[in-house]
Amino acid sequence: MEASLTSYLALGAFLFCIGLYGALTKKNAVIVLLCIELMLNAANINLVAFNKFSVSVTQDLTGQIFSLFNIAIAAAEAAVAVAILIALYRARATSNMYEINELKD
Amino acid sequence: MWSAGFIVFFVLSLLTIAGALFMISLNRVVHMVLALSLSFISIAGLYILLDAEFLAFVQVLIYAGAISILMIFGIMMTKHSEEETEEPKKPWQNVLTAVGVIGFFGIIMYAIQSTTIVTEKKDFTQIDTVKEIGMAIFQKHVIPFELISLLLTVALIGAIILAKREEE
Repeated sequence: MEASLTSYLALGAFLFCIGLYGALTKKNAVIVLLCIELMLNAANINLVAFNKFSVSVTQDLTGQIFSLFNIAIAAAEAAVAVAILIALYRARATSNMYEINELKD
Repeated sequence: MWSAGFIVFFVLSLLTIAGALFMISLNRVVHMVLALSLSFISIAGLYILLDAEFLAFVQVLIYAGAISILMIFGIMMTKHSEEETEEPKKPWQNVLTAVGVIGFFGIIMYAIQSTTIVTEKKDFTQIDTVKEIGMAIFQKHVIPFELISLLLTVALIGAIILAKREEE
C-alpha cells in the first residue's frame, strides 16, 4: 500500500476542518490566529502533494514555490495580527473574542 | 503489505492530526501552542516525504520557530483567563459549528473521492530540488519574489507602528 495523492488531500481537508472549527469557536484571539495558520498549512500540504503527484513532462517545482510564497504571506499576516492584538489589548484590556463586539451593539 | 513510506506517512499524519486535536481540546493557552508546534513539525516530516526538503526546513524555521514563539509572545503580552472555559452564553453554538464543519468535511471528501485525478509519482531524487527552487525563483518568479520582499517590509513597518505605544 502506497501513500497516494488522495491520502494527502484527505489529510489536508481534515486539518483545514479542524482549523476552521477552532477559528469559529475559540475564545482567545491568539488561538484563533493559530487556527488560521493551521488552515494555511493544510493548503500548503495540498500544493506540495499536487506538485509531487501531478503529471507533467518537465520536473518543475511550481507547487513548492507557491508554498514558499504562501509561508511568507502567512508570516507577514501573523506579525501584523499579533501587533493588532497587542494594540487592541492596550485599548480594551481584553483578548477575548466575545468581548470585542463594539460594532455589533 | 504496507510499504515503509506508507508507514512513515501514517505515523506523521497521525502526529499531525493528534497535535491539531490536542490544540482544540486542551484548556491552557500555552499548551495549545505547544500542541500545534507538534503539528507543524510533523508537517515538515510530510514535506520531506514529498521530496520537498527546502520547504521542510523553511517549515521548521518559520512555523515551529518563528510563528509559535510570536504567538507565545502574544499570549504573554496580553492577559488571558487561565482556563479556556466553555462559553455559557451560547452552548448550542459549538455544536452547530461542529455539525457545519463535519458537513463541509464530508462534501470535500466526497469531491476528492469522486474525482479521478491522473497521478504519476514523480522522482525528484535525480535533481537538486533546493538548487532548482533557487533557479525558478530568481529566473521565472522574480517579480512575485520582489513583491514578497516589499510586502514583508510593509508588514514589518506596519507591525512596529501598530504595536508602538501612542504618545499622549
